[in-house]
Amino acid sequence: MSDMSLWSIFINACLINNFVLAYFLGICPFMGVSGKLSNAVRMGAAVSFVMLIASMCAFAINLLLQWINAPYLQLISYIVVIASTVQLVEMFIKKFSPALFRALGIFLPLITTNCAILGLALFQTNRGYNFVESISFALGAGAGFTLALVLMAGVREKLALADVPQLLKGTAVSLMVAGILSMTFMGFAGLGS
Amino acid sequence: MRTSNLATKVINIPVVKAESQSTNEFIKGLWQQNPIFVQVLGMCPTLAVTNSAVNAFVMGVATLFVLLMSNIMVSSLRTFIPRQVRIATYVLIIATFVTVVDYLIQAFSLEVHKALGAFISLIVVNCLILGRAEAFASRNTVNKSIQDALGMGLGFTLALLSLGIIREVLGQGSLFTIQVMPDNFEHWIILLLPGGGFFTLGLLLIVFNWIQQRQNRRIAGKDHE
Amino acid sequence: MNTQARTGNRVVYLKMYRSLVGVGTLCGIIIVLVYQFTAPIIRENKDIALEHSIFKILPNAATKKSYYFSDTGNFMISESTGQTDVIYAAYDDRQQLVGFAIPAQGMGYQDTIELLYAYEPITQTIIGMVVLQSRETPGLGSRIEDDPAFFRNFEALDVSLNANQTELKNRLETVKPRKKAELWQIDSITGATISSNAVGNILQQSTSHWLPTIKQHYEDFEFGH
Repeated sequence: MSDMSLWSIFINACLINNFVLAYFLGICPFMGVSGKLSNAVRMGAAVSFVMLIASMCAFAINLLLQWINAPYLQLISYIVVIASTVQLVEMFIKKFSPALFRALGIFLPLITTNCAILGLALFQTNRGYNFVESISFALGAGAGFTLALVLMAGVREKLALADVPQLLKGTAVSLMVAGILSMTFMGFAGLGS
Repeated sequence: MRTSNLATKVINIPVVKAESQSTNEFIKGLWQQNPIFVQVLGMCPTLAVTNSAVNAFVMGVATLFVLLMSNIMVSSLRTFIPRQVRIATYVLIIATFVTVVDYLIQAFSLEVHKALGAFISLIVVNCLILGRAEAFASRNTVNKSIQDALGMGLGFTLALLSLGIIREVLGQGSLFTIQVMPDNFEHWIILLLPGGGFFTLGLLLIVFNWIQQRQNRRIAGKDHE
Repeated sequence: MNTQARTGNRVVYLKMYRSLVGVGTLCGIIIVLVYQFTAPIIRENKDIALEHSIFKILPNAATKKSYYFSDTGNFMISESTGQTDVIYAAYDDRQQLVGFAIPAQGMGYQDTIELLYAYEPITQTIIGMVVLQSRETPGLGSRIEDDPAFFRNFEALDVSLNANQTELKNRLETVKPRKKAELWQIDSITGATISSNAVGNILQQSTSHWLPTIKQHYEDFEFGH
């Protein structure tokens, strides 16, 4: 149980403590892939969906582990569940929407090693959120993740056309952009509480 | 041939030595097709705790430990694990040692564990460890795997440490909690915030890019002779 | 040909199964061993840290007892160490109740803040506060842990109950630095508004939750009850 309202939790996860810009989680697959806006939106949507499911599963697993008194199995069980969830989502999408599957392409398997999803499960457990709070947290985190990714992709698209000095080309300038974005998001501190 | 130079670990700059490149370097270059991206990616979950040198150091050492132990285990079991389930098995092994290091840190110092929190557990999604298990430990002897892990882990720790030192010295005026900056030094607080972490990392990358450019120019210069 | 392929498949499945189960068991054993080895050390460290904190904010205390609020509507002595939602009653060497050390937590700027505060029932004030865990911005929010001016807020913080003894007479308020005018206000730290507000909120929530109940069941805390 947390002392924060559901709305506070959502805003916090989405804006104030954005997973990408405040915790550095989830930039792993994105930095390595092209900075296209459409990819960012799709990736964000996929991650949000997996986050929601992973959050519910993490809550259930935590209850189970507490019941059998085996807290040391937490990390392994989370990883296994996340990997399985991604696999299931991939099969599900492949079957019901081949077009979407083709569009998402390589992003789906990449989500497994996405730090943001595991981070979500761990933070939610550490802060002791109950079920509804966890859902709110997952939704906020997914929304924030998508937002950050879309913003960065938009800027990178423009940067690709700009005259960037050779030394800064590639990751270096992306990191600078991320730094500036992170600072702007700090302006949201105090919102919603 | 162990190149434990910091630059080559963080970014796979092809350091051309007099003797021919051994298989070790070759595999590294092969897997790390985007060396800068992959190596930087390996640091991503750990960046959040590099705002002090102590935290960065402990994080680096923890990663080194996990890398070492999982390399040893993957290497010793490499003939036993069939190809189809190798990734799942590697992840299982890595998660085990991350759990182990989590408890070890807790037993060693509650203070440090509180400061690092969930980020210790996030070592398990560090692409570097899975990458080394897949690319190296699964195809080499235990001895070589140990060497590889130590080299990579050390380079990683040094990279994190450089980040942590810059952020702490300029952001807090201290180094490993000992004041090093004069009293009237205005702390660059921005470096302690996440944005500062991005900036510092970007800055380090620029430095390495510059080093790489110079080396490439020198090699090109030699070729012309 | 078909049977050959089928047996071939079966062998592969067996190998996969064997390796996953084998590795899984091995990993399980490693984790359990390390857990068993470190658990007592960790528990002891935690107990020592907690006692240290309690005696820091309640200096006159000689012994402490942990209590939890049972379903029967009484405070009972807590036997197990892992119990959540416990409060600590401190007694001096004449076995008189000196005060309570109550743990509380809530969301700060970066992450959860855990603190322990000392409540003196006779004066109905908070007489001390210590932060157990925080991951606030170093140099800014982290000043809630060691800023002496901030701690002066908690030397006589008024938390008296209203006439019905059901809630606090005056809501705890966090105000701008040096603007504290009433005994139930807390001066925030310049540059750490959010973290200071968080501390105020945490205390407000915790006192509203515990103090009326403690008042109602005061006799449960008699030494030797």
